[in-house]
Amino acid sequence: MSDSSVVIHGAPKAEGHGHDAHPSYLRHHFESVEQQADTTNFAMWLFLLTEIMFFGGLFTAYLIYRNWYYPAFVAASHQLNIFWGTLNTLLLITSSFTMAMGVWCAETRKQSGLVLCLILTFILGLGFLGIKTIEYKEKIEKHHVPGFHYSLNSFLNPDSDEAAKAAGDKPLPLDIARHTEVYFSLYFAMTGMHAVHMIIGIGILGFMIFRARAGAYTAGHVTFVENFGLYWHFVDIVWIFLFPLLYLISRHAN
Amino acid sequence: MTEKNEAHETQHHIVSPAVYITIFICLLVFTGLTVGASYVEMGVFNPIAAIAIACIKMVLVVLFFMHVRYSTRLTMLAVGCGFFMFLVLIGMTLADYISRAWGRW
Repeated sequence: MSDSSVVIHGAPKAEGHGHDAHPSYLRHHFESVEQQADTTNFAMWLFLLTEIMFFGGLFTAYLIYRNWYYPAFVAASHQLNIFWGTLNTLLLITSSFTMAMGVWCAETRKQSGLVLCLILTFILGLGFLGIKTIEYKEKIEKHHVPGFHYSLNSFLNPDSDEAAKAAGDKPLPLDIARHTEVYFSLYFAMTGMHAVHMIIGIGILGFMIFRARAGAYTAGHVTFVENFGLYWHFVDIVWIFLFPLLYLISRHAN
Repeated sequence: MTEKNEAHETQHHIVSPAVYITIFICLLVFTGLTVGASYVEMGVFNPIAAIAIACIKMVLVVLFFMHVRYSTRLTMLAVGCGFFMFLVLIGMTLADYISRAWGRW
């Protein structure tokens, strides 16, 4: 496909160019439906690569501080509830699966299947945020949110804290215990940014459910569903890394 | 042009539900593995196992859920370049931070 042929096809033709000559969703600057789909797919990936770099900065900061303040990171990570974390991982993986099935339903023009898949993805996403709220609430109650009210009690007196006691934590010296605040800063920055992406995704899902019920994505033009699927799977991948890094640092140590 | 469109549209690869279900089950198994592995004392291999499992899960999601295995070479190249650049950036940054204090203690 040379540039010149694109110019020829893109130029208005003398005999008139009726819209019945091609599908209505094919933009005039593309030569074919396939070229249009490949281009939007490529563009979506470029956007996701910027997202990888964005989250990559947070992951790099995490790796550096974990390397410096390892004992504090171990003690602080024991404050996270592994049951909620695992359940959230399962919810998100399942929502990725229902989203992938939604893309398949759109491609094979199954409207009710697509609507069902989108609604399931929507509910699983809300469930994830609900569990995240439970976890955040616990952190707020225990004063583990970085700031003026941050409490070192769980790390200086682990026997007074249920989670620390269950993990068999030893009391940390004050200078090491102080660094648990760094862990929780990263915890809230990373899971918070991830949650923001989830909220945006759930908003778009709500919009898509309305459009899908009107039959928008099951008439051959599936680009929007496909590209949203890419975004949703990307958010899933971020969590796939956040989960072992934040929750599973050192569960065996005692 | 219409004929050309039809010829192209048949090339659009639709990934079957069987593939999605297989990948979904693999992801669930690896999630169980990563939780289990964190409770086993493996010393320096604990974080390595956790990252390795996460990377396997990521590759499964990228190749099959995100259709990269069935995408154009341009998309494959872009994704590959993106991850490579990301590793270079992380690698260079960590090399700096880890080696900065060498010989000063």
